Amino acid sequence: MTAAAETEAEPAARASSPPDKLTASSGNGVERAFRAICILAIALPLLLLVVLFGSALVEAWPRLSWGFLSSYPSRKAIEAGILPALVGSAALMGLTAVMAIPVGLGAALYLEEYAKPGRITSLIELNISNLAGVPSIIYGLLGLELFVRILDLGRSLIAGAATLALLLLPMVVMASREALRTVPRSLREASFALGADRWQTLRRVVLPMCMPGVLTGVILSLARAIGETAPLITIGALTYVAFLPDGVTSPFTALPIQIFNWVSRPQPAFHVNAAAGIIVLLVLMLLMNGVAIILRTRLRKRIYW
Amino acid sequence: MARTLATLGLSAAFLVSCGSKDTTLIKADGSSTVYPITEAVAEQFKKSNPKVNITVGISGTGGGFKKFCAGEIDLADASRPIKPTEEEACKKSGVEYIEVPVAYDGIAIVVHPSNDWAKSITTEELKKLWEPEAQGKIKKWSDVRAGWPDKEIHLFGAGVDSGTYDYFSEAITKKEKSTRGDYTSSEDDNVLVQGIANDPLALGFFGIAYFEENKERLKVVPVDDGKSDNGDGPITPTATTVRDGTYQPLSRPIFIYLSKKSLERPEVMALGKFYLAEAPKLVPEVGYVPLQPKAYELATARVEKKLTGSLFAGKGGQVGVSIEDVLEKGAQ
Repeated sequence: MTAAAETEAEPAARASSPPDKLTASSGNGVERAFRAICILAIALPLLLLVVLFGSALVEAWPRLSWGFLSSYPSRKAIEAGILPALVGSAALMGLTAVMAIPVGLGAALYLEEYAKPGRITSLIELNISNLAGVPSIIYGLLGLELFVRILDLGRSLIAGAATLALLLLPMVVMASREALRTVPRSLREASFALGADRWQTLRRVVLPMCMPGVLTGVILSLARAIGETAPLITIGALTYVAFLPDGVTSPFTALPIQIFNWVSRPQPAFHVNAAAGIIVLLVLMLLMNGVAIILRTRLRKRIYW
Repeated sequence: MARTLATLGLSAAFLVSCGSKDTTLIKADGSSTVYPITEAVAEQFKKSNPKVNITVGISGTGGGFKKFCAGEIDLADASRPIKPTEEEACKKSGVEYIEVPVAYDGIAIVVHPSNDWAKSITTEELKKLWEPEAQGKIKKWSDVRAGWPDKEIHLFGAGVDSGTYDYFSEAITKKEKSTRGDYTSSEDDNVLVQGIANDPLALGFFGIAYFEENKERLKVVPVDDGKSDNGDGPITPTATTVRDGTYQPLSRPIFIYLSKKSLERPEVMALGKFYLAEAPKLVPEVGYVPLQPKAYELATARVEKKLTGSLFAGKGGQVGVSIEDVLEKGAQ
C-alpha cells in the first residue's frame, strides 16, 4: 500500500523528463532483456530465502512447540528450550531502542534542522556514514572496554544493550535524516509564516510527518541487531543461563548465542534445536518488520496535506 | 509518536523489572570442551537448589582463566592445566584456586571411511606429519609412511585457540603451540567432521565425542605410541582405553578450577561437591569418559580441604601416571 503511494508520487517529481520518450523505448529487445535480468535479480534472493527457511523449518519441525519456547536450556536436547534467550533478546531490543532512538533522532534533528552547513558539519556527516560501515565486532570491543570495564557495568544486559545501541546509532541517524528530508521545505515555511517558532514547527509539523520514516528505519535496524552475535560474545553474554533477567544489571544470554552453542555440539539432536532456534529468530525478525510496516501505514494516515 | 515511544520504554522497563532478588549467583566460564559437563551439573544442581542461579559462559580455556584470575568468576572450565603465565596472573591478584580433574577427553585421529590404507598410525608418524618442519614438505600420504598411496594428504584440526589444539601440540610435537600451519582449522568441531566426511584424502583430529556421534561418516585410526607399558601396538580410542590410560598420548584429563575465596560461600562449596558426586553419572551422558571412582573421592577431599595449587601443570600429558596417583601424591 505504501509502496504504491510512493510510486504514484514519483512520476510527479520527475515531470521534467518527457513521457513520450519513455514509452517509445518499451518493447525492444534490450528492454526485455533488462526486464528479465531485473526479475531474476529479485527471484534469486527470494528463492534463496525460501530454500533456507524451508530447510531449517523441515529440520526444526519436530521441536517447534510451546515447550521449546517456555523451557530452560538442558543437557538433554529434547527437553532444552530457549526461554532465557528469548527473554534476553527481547529485553536487549527494548533497552537498545530506548537508548538509540532519542540519541539518534536528536543527532539527526541537529544535523538537519539546526547545524549550519560547513566544514565541521560535513566532517560529522562523513564520519557517521563511515561508522555505519564499521564491522560489528569493533563495536563489541569498544563496548567491552567502555561499558563493561571503564563504566563498570559488568557483563550485563545494560552493557549489551548500550553496545548494540552504539552499533545502531549511525543507522538510526541516517534513516532519521532521510525521513526529515522528505518533509517539504514549503511546509516548514508555511509554519514559520503562521508565526510558529522553530521548536513549534519541529514538534507540530516536522516530527509527526517524518515519524513513519524514522520508526521504519529504527525497527529495521533493530531487526538487524537481534541477529548480531559477535558484539554480544565480545562483551561476554553467557551461554547457559537458567533464569530470567531480574534487572538491567543481570547477566543474560541471547538467541544467536544459544543457536551458536547448539550448532557446535556433537549430538545431532542439538542441531535440530539450533534449527528450531533459527526459525524462532526468523519469525521474530519478520514480526518486527511487519510491525514497522503497520506503524508506517498507520502513522501516514494521520498526515493531512 | 510520543505514545509509541512511551509504550516501547514501558515494555522494556517491564521486561527488566520482573523477577525477585533473593537468589545467589555462581559464575562459571571457560573451555567449550568442558562446557557440556558444567552445564549438565548446573542444570541438575538447580533442581535441588532453586535459589542458586548458575551462569556458564564459553570463552575458551585461556579466556576463562583470564576472567578467573581477575576474580570475575567462581569456577573456570579448563581443558588443560593452568599455565605458568596464568598462575602468575592469579597470584598477582591474590586469587587462590583448587584444581579439580572432572573427566577424560580423548583426541581421535580420523579419516574418511573409504580410506583403506591408514589402518593405524604411530606417534612418530604423527609428529613427522604435524611438526612445523613438515609445512610444505609432507604433502602426500606416501611421505608419511612408505607404501601409503602417492596422493595428497588433506589435514584438518582444531583451531589454535582451543585447549584441544594445545594438548595435541604438546602430546605429538612435545612443544607448546608448535605445529604446521597449513591445515584447515576450525574452532567448531562439526566443521571438521563435515570436512573430513567429504574428503577421501583427509586426516584430522578432534574430540572423541564428535567421532562417536558421526561414526557412520568417519573412520578412526588407532594410534601406536611405540611403548609397551600401556598396551602394545595400535590402540583404538574408546571409553575403556581412554579411561585405563592405554590410549596414549592422546587422552587427557579435563578440569574445573574453583576459587578458594568463592568456596567460602556455602553454595559454591555445595556445587563443588555436587559436581564430583554427580560426575560419574553426568559425564558419560554428555559424551565424555568419567574418571575412576577413586579419583573422584580424592578430588572431593581436595575440595573439602581447599587444597590450593596445581598438581597437573606442566605434566598433564605424562604417560603412565594415573590421575589417582597424582591426586594421592598431592594429598600427602
